[in-house]
Amino acid sequence: MSLILFIEQVLNGLQLGVMLFLMAAGLTLVFGVMGLINLAHGSLFMIGAFAAAAVAGSTGSFLLALMAALAAAAAAGALIEVLIIRRLYQRDHLDQVLATFALILIFSEGTRWVFGSFPLYLNIPTYLSGPVTLPGGIQYPLYRLTLIIIGLVIALGLHLLITRTRLGIQIRAGENDREMIAALGVDISKLYTIVFAIGAALAGLAGALIGAIQSVQVGMGEPVLILAFVVIVIGGIGSVKGALIGSILVGLTDTLGGLLLPALFRQFLDVSSAASIGSALASMLIYILMAAVLVVRPTGLFGAKA
Amino acid sequence: MTREAVLNSAVLMGLFIFPLWAWVVDEPFLITLATKTVILALAGVGLNIALGMGGLVSLGHAAFFGIGGYAMGVLASHAQSYDPILQSPILIEGTRSMPIIWLVAILTSGLAALAIGALSLRTSGVYFIMITLAFGQMLFFFAISWPAYGGEDGLSIYVRSEFPGLNTLDPIQFYAIAYVILAGVLLFAFRLRQSPFGLALNAARQSASRVMTVGMSPYRLQLVAFTLSGMITGLAGALFADLNRFVSPTMFSWQTSGEIMVFIIIGGVGRLFGPVIGAVLFVILEHVLGGISDYWLIYLGVLLLFIVLFARGGVIGTLVGRQASHD
Repeated sequence: MSLILFIEQVLNGLQLGVMLFLMAAGLTLVFGVMGLINLAHGSLFMIGAFAAAAVAGSTGSFLLALMAALAAAAAAGALIEVLIIRRLYQRDHLDQVLATFALILIFSEGTRWVFGSFPLYLNIPTYLSGPVTLPGGIQYPLYRLTLIIIGLVIALGLHLLITRTRLGIQIRAGENDREMIAALGVDISKLYTIVFAIGAALAGLAGALIGAIQSVQVGMGEPVLILAFVVIVIGGIGSVKGALIGSILVGLTDTLGGLLLPALFRQFLDVSSAASIGSALASMLIYILMAAVLVVRPTGLFGAKA
Repeated sequence: MTREAVLNSAVLMGLFIFPLWAWVVDEPFLITLATKTVILALAGVGLNIALGMGGLVSLGHAAFFGIGGYAMGVLASHAQSYDPILQSPILIEGTRSMPIIWLVAILTSGLAALAIGALSLRTSGVYFIMITLAFGQMLFFFAISWPAYGGEDGLSIYVRSEFPGLNTLDPIQFYAIAYVILAGVLLFAFRLRQSPFGLALNAARQSASRVMTVGMSPYRLQLVAFTLSGMITGLAGALFADLNRFVSPTMFSWQTSGEIMVFIIIGGVGRLFGPVIGAVLFVILEHVLGGISDYWLIYLGVLLLFIVLFARGGVIGTLVGRQASHD
């Protein structure tokens, strides 16, 4: 195996990681601040992708499509927060799981009803397509590189938002003591709606960005949602830093496992069984990583002690 | 008899009479539909031991349903091809015998539940939900990428497994097997609830620290409950595979986990017959609404949302009118 292939896969892992971060950041904020488990976060990812595909299809502009994804997902997020999610904060987790599972059914089938069962396609814009040459002569797709940069910029922006702004102070205060900050005159239900809409917008953006690599179809959100759960379990609930490190760890493990494990098994097995055992094990690798973290630190790498 | 007991007996009677009626008027499709209902109810009764009695919100029970299904699929496919599963050090051959398949399904899904439970129960609350979901997804991807047993396409079995003295290909006889198993497992769940173990588990759900104070380990109680729960769901998976004569990774999918949980909620959490009534309503809705609209899951979603937000006791809670005793 060549070094260039390895570096390419590391970059692919990084790209998967930062996209997972966009999903996981919203989830972990909603957990941390509102104590809510939201299975419908994957639906917001899907809504972003569909909004982007629809707008790109009618206007031809990728930037407008990204704007539409952000706006549609944020609007959908704010809408379900005000109508439904708000009633669930005081409920137990079982009720939250079921109500958000019901939302998945409604969103998925509703999308199928509007857009049909066939996947849509979202094209990479011409100014972002094609490869770039990185230092060392590595050819890498410009679009994927852009995704890595967008993801890292958003991670930095989120960090600044939480540590440096008034809204960030309120979010951190809300995590610690919601009665206290309500008593200090912060409109807590408005704060919750804003946090939920921010998380939704990030999910929608991730959906649109990923939608240009994969096809845009119903059910695309849930596999990503479950990966984001793994990220949060590894990183620790409520920690944005944990979400970033967990995302990159999961992204790298997934892509490098798919590359290295079959190669490892080729050392002592024949090629075909090495490929099948290797790929089967590689598909389980991130869950094994999660199990290992659980054994060592049940509350995740950066989670508060239970 | 309490109102709940009357309702439970009515459901049990209904599940007895309806297939007999379908058999008399010669509607084998309705018998098959009833068989599916009973098997899904069995999976729900399994999950209800963890969820209702133990308070363990597992979103990964599709793992055990799928393992049970694949236990049947693997054994039957080897019997079908006369190709032994293992030749050395000991000869293990495939089988068509239902009791052996059930035993293997129960043991393998029990072992998986023990392992997944031992890891997942180190945490609680939201973590537990996410971790069980993730382990379910792990087995889903494993089933897809493991090529020996059909991979993504699944595995077709041409004949239904055999049960001594019965013709399992006759719908009503296969229904009888599933019905007797469901009744037996319901009796088991009923006795379990009143046993010292069930009472201790109930206490562990309500207050783990008090259970620890009297010298019992909540972790162990919950692990046993989770394992029993996985075994029953695994048995349901084996029956489900035999019903369809087909297994595929779909049995492992997270939607399957969600649906099994939905049965319990529609019927009523913490009720012995909650999953049974839930499965009956689910299959009726699927059949009736599915005939009207391709998008019937929207209606299911709205109904589910309504039950969670406004009718928290589910059907049994609404009909019987009293909160389940454990709240």
